[in-house]
Amino acid sequence: MLEIKNLHARVEDKDILKGINLSVKAGEVHAIMGPNGSGKSTLSAVIAGNEHYEMTEGEIELDGEDITELAPEERAHKGVFLSFQYPVEIPGVSVTNFMKTAINESRKAQGLEEMPANEMLKSIREKSELLEIDRKFLSRSLNEGFSGGEKKRNEIFQMAMLEPKLAILDETDSGLDIDALRIVANGVNKLKSENNAIIVITHYQRLLDYIVPDFVHVLYKGKIVKSGGKELAYELEEKGYDWIKNEN
Amino acid sequence: MSKYTEDDLKVELENKEYEYGFYTNIESETFPVGLNEDIVRAISQKKEEPQWMTDWRIEAFRAWKEMIEPEWANVHYDKPDFQAISYYSAPKKVDPNKTLDDVDPELLAMYAKLGISVDEQKMMNNVAMDIVVDSVSVATTFKKTLSEKGIIFCPISEAIKEHPELVKKYLGTVVPQKDNFYAALNSAVFSDGSFCYIPKGVRCPMELSTYFRINQAGTGQFERTLVIADEGSYVSYLEGCTAPSRDENQLHAAVVELIAMDDAEIKYSTVQNWYPGNKEGKGGVFNFVTKRGLCEKNAKISWTQVETGSAVTWKYPSCVLKGDNSVGEFYSIAVTNNFQQADTGTKMIHLGKNTKSTIISKGISAGKSNNSYRGLVQISARADNARNFSQCDSLLMGNNCGAHTFPYIESKNPSAKIEHEATTSKIGEDQVFYCNQRGIPTEKAIALIVNGFSKDVLNKLPMEFAVEAQKLLEISLEGSVG
Repeated sequence: MLEIKNLHARVEDKDILKGINLSVKAGEVHAIMGPNGSGKSTLSAVIAGNEHYEMTEGEIELDGEDITELAPEERAHKGVFLSFQYPVEIPGVSVTNFMKTAINESRKAQGLEEMPANEMLKSIREKSELLEIDRKFLSRSLNEGFSGGEKKRNEIFQMAMLEPKLAILDETDSGLDIDALRIVANGVNKLKSENNAIIVITHYQRLLDYIVPDFVHVLYKGKIVKSGGKELAYELEEKGYDWIKNEN
Repeated sequence: MSKYTEDDLKVELENKEYEYGFYTNIESETFPVGLNEDIVRAISQKKEEPQWMTDWRIEAFRAWKEMIEPEWANVHYDKPDFQAISYYSAPKKVDPNKTLDDVDPELLAMYAKLGISVDEQKMMNNVAMDIVVDSVSVATTFKKTLSEKGIIFCPISEAIKEHPELVKKYLGTVVPQKDNFYAALNSAVFSDGSFCYIPKGVRCPMELSTYFRINQAGTGQFERTLVIADEGSYVSYLEGCTAPSRDENQLHAAVVELIAMDDAEIKYSTVQNWYPGNKEGKGGVFNFVTKRGLCEKNAKISWTQVETGSAVTWKYPSCVLKGDNSVGEFYSIAVTNNFQQADTGTKMIHLGKNTKSTIISKGISAGKSNNSYRGLVQISARADNARNFSQCDSLLMGNNCGAHTFPYIESKNPSAKIEHEATTSKIGEDQVFYCNQRGIPTEKAIALIVNGFSKDVLNKLPMEFAVEAQKLLEISLEGSVG
């Protein structure tokens, strides 16, 4: 589904990614781990098409199609979803209104009619139950005054609504207490299918107890320096990132 | 409005020109340029006005000659040459006894272009309309339904002839002839506008609406609106404005007076979309407007305005809270783009006891524009327990625009409670990227963010106006980011 080859990227003349190779197939869960500043968030931003980052070399293919020239919204229309580490606030725009706009823009891009209101409401009801979200929450302004946990839960709610092909969860576990973590992970697991893929970016192994990865990659200084199965995450937890740092 | 879809919006967004910028070729009768007592008399004569009205105008003109144009506003422009303007232009085929069927078909075609088919208005919306083109009121709908309730809604020129006792009693009582430079000019040369009277205890069953349009080149538009809500009555009044695109600046100097008697309520909403000039700042309407309302005991006046047009805006819809327990409200969204300049706000003059006022102002600046909020909250010595709450929020787009706030507070009563809040924010790249990532293109994302920012004010508009206003916000800001 996702093929990344020799990806280099920089921000403000500083090289961050220095040759990433990653292959993700449908139905798979990949975890990307690494110490602070290793380039984890940059990788997710570059895949999503954030123009703040300059891609200098390499390829990103989604289902065999080169997406590097596409605008972020076009990538979204093709099924790329990013759960933000720091979701932004948009005052005065309710969660429901935001989702309605997002869904209908995607549908429009695919030549579909707007989603009928009753279908939209049904979907909202189902997905908010899945993530144990109080419906009152949905009429609040997007992320405004939300707690850290509410923001993250809202990100996964949006993922549920948009049903992406490829979901990238950027540090979704940060700022979550154990109960919220379980709810969010539970939601993600229910959304997992044969047809989609998930990339989990995390600093800690904790989240991977709930969202079990098929593959774990360790990112360090802009390169994937180690790949393995889920046991690699435990090894990392045990030995700490110094283990990686000393080896490289 | 109900059929308006996002696809329509898309088409509009692609059309980068000012969409109301057409000129309709209607045969017009236009006075020679220049202003002197003879012209003032000629206007009065043309309108077949009684002597008292002519005298009133002459008095205003003499005062105006002695006055100087105000320069304190935070706007910069080449002052209009008042002797180079024609003070009267009228579509030729106006007959005072006309019905809608008699209206010049070219005019009706123009309304259709403006998106206000008069027939449609009649059938679909519960809105009575008065349409003013250049200087003359050309069509008033729903007259009969209204008159059954005793409501008078007609061109002010007609009211001067048919209801002189009301006009004579109230004209100039809220905005005196000598109030300011533009109000004096308007008092001398106004040629038409709307008049509205709601009798005691009557709740006006529909929105009353006036649509203003400047069509003819080199003319000024000076309309005069007078709304009187008698004791215990209620009326909601809408006002819309457009003008063709022209290279030269056009002058618009209107006066609106509202009188809310004991226990009455007036809601006055404006969507102002005069031609703002082109991208280089050439042309556009100078909008110098005086709007003021007087509240008697327990009365309430709400001003709601969405200002997206004009090259220069100078406008402060105000409330004089004379009666005890009266309430004044001001809700405003002002958008400036390219080289537009707006200096707008309100004055809340608390004279009575327990008077309350609320000010919510949302300024949005883009391009190289400048957007200023200027407001005065004045509490007189007799106004015990007066309260005011003001909130002024500014939203900036890009790095070349400006937002300014000039709040004046004068309190002579120690029991007054005055609160003022202000914020300035910028549409962040991170907000836009967040929307993009969810599949929302940048133009749409900006519209969404701006609508969210303006929500408190948009919510105050009557339904059919709110949709139009949202659409206008999006059009005014197109191309302002990226």
